[in-house]
Amino acid sequence: MTHEIIISGFGGQGVLSMGKILAYSGLMEDKEVTWMPAYGPEQRGGTANVTVIVSDEPVSSPILSSYDTAIVLNQPSLEKFESKVKPGGTLIYDGYGINTPPTRKDIDVYRIDAMDKAAEMNMIKVFNMIVLGGFLKVHPIVSIEGVLKALRKTLPERHHHLIPMNEEAIRLGMEIIRKM
Amino acid sequence: MAEKEVTLMKGNEAIAHAAIRCGCDGYFGYPITPQSEVLETLAAEKPWETTGMVVLQAESEVASINMVYGGAASGKKVMTSSSSPGISLMQEGISYMAGAELPALIVNVSRGGPGLGTIQPSQADYFQTVKGGGHGDYRLITLAPASVQEMADFVDLAFELAFRYRNPAMILSDGAIGQMMEKVVLPPFKPRRTEEEIAKECPWATTGRIGMRKPNIITSLELRSEEMEQNNLRIQAKYRIIEKEEVRYEDYMTEDAEYLIVAFGSAARIAKKVIAIAREQGIKVGLLRPITLWPFPYERIGQLGKQVKGILSLEINAGQMVEDIRLAVNCSVPVEWYGRLGGIIPEPEEVVDQIKKMLI
Repeated sequence: MTHEIIISGFGGQGVLSMGKILAYSGLMEDKEVTWMPAYGPEQRGGTANVTVIVSDEPVSSPILSSYDTAIVLNQPSLEKFESKVKPGGTLIYDGYGINTPPTRKDIDVYRIDAMDKAAEMNMIKVFNMIVLGGFLKVHPIVSIEGVLKALRKTLPERHHHLIPMNEEAIRLGMEIIRKM
Repeated sequence: MAEKEVTLMKGNEAIAHAAIRCGCDGYFGYPITPQSEVLETLAAEKPWETTGMVVLQAESEVASINMVYGGAASGKKVMTSSSSPGISLMQEGISYMAGAELPALIVNVSRGGPGLGTIQPSQADYFQTVKGGGHGDYRLITLAPASVQEMADFVDLAFELAFRYRNPAMILSDGAIGQMMEKVVLPPFKPRRTEEEIAKECPWATTGRIGMRKPNIITSLELRSEEMEQNNLRIQAKYRIIEKEEVRYEDYMTEDAEYLIVAFGSAARIAKKVIAIAREQGIKVGLLRPITLWPFPYERIGQLGKQVKGILSLEINAGQMVEDIRLAVNCSVPVEWYGRLGGIIPEPEEVVDQIKKMLI
């Protein structure tokens, strides 16, 4: 199994940390992982994207031209990455950030209204974990337990009380994602 | 962090952790993207409280490299890191260290140039590194890591080679390897050498004249031409030994290869994906990855040149290593170049297309 993912959105949406948690979760389950950010002069509101590869074999190129899954959280990201999803692959988008929905018919398109739900439930800080939950519902490449283990490992102890809220967000994402 | 633990970190962070663990005595550097995490990680780890390693942010790259010169002259295991424009500033110091035969580690996490360029990844410092960025007849032992694991492993190796041959060594990486996170097993802890051990292992070092031995003088200056020629000849003889003994490379699917990619560092990672795609299409491509860029694996590439129908030098620059590959095969087989410039990284599919266009 090799799953090649691009996560893309605005700076500040938690794109890079979502990728990091996914990669760390893969590590917790003894998989090979690569996390490759499109780094730049970082700023809130700028563009941010990260490639995450989770595999049972050593990862070759961290730079890819096509992806098994694209998770896009704003319109520019959709425009950039819709065409780069492999035929038969998956595209997940957040309804709040997308005005013109994807049009491809040869891929599976999912919508997750994570931003709206996060605002409604006062969970903006874990918006990215709602999205991650949605992705893991579609492609359970790592388990929720793996993600929680990764959070325990990566979060400083003083933030461990936030882990249940993250778990809740993942489970919420799993509920609200829907196939288009 | 427990030993042998598998963890996830950036290439730059791996450099910093490996430096502490291999008994490095001092790091002197100045921040620059995309390698600032080296200094940041060292500052966060505070090794001066544990191993006693000195970590200092100097006022400039020129100051950093001269602090490295000073530390190395006293036999200490010292290093610096920077990115392309910063490494350019260090060239005088690097030439002086090669001239004074001082061991040290310089890490270049390179970015797109020329000039201030871009902060995105690039391999355009190949010429500067292996053909001598500073003045004079000197060489830098150069290791090119292709993974976060190798970023960690090559720190100790670079120091080992630098001390064995009393010559500066460079880890030539790029923004992609520096910034990406992968699994890594950090090397085991090695204590820093004691003053006595340094005096014993580095009898040339300026460690203080214990027992009124003859003074050790560390300098690259020698105004008498006859003496200076002898110094040069001695250094050149050392380089010939390094060229004979220290060539390192990785063969990947070359046994049945009809076409060969030669690529180092992050380009070699891309090449492995290119090979997977090409082989699905029935094109037998292999990879020769130079691990040491100097000494360069001329001999192995020469052998493969007799086996394959064509070679592609895949570089994230305008074609620099391609010259060394052509030397290695001595016109026995076509050698083409493909790459992208200014911080753009070639994508695997586009390289497959280029192989079809240029070699088949």
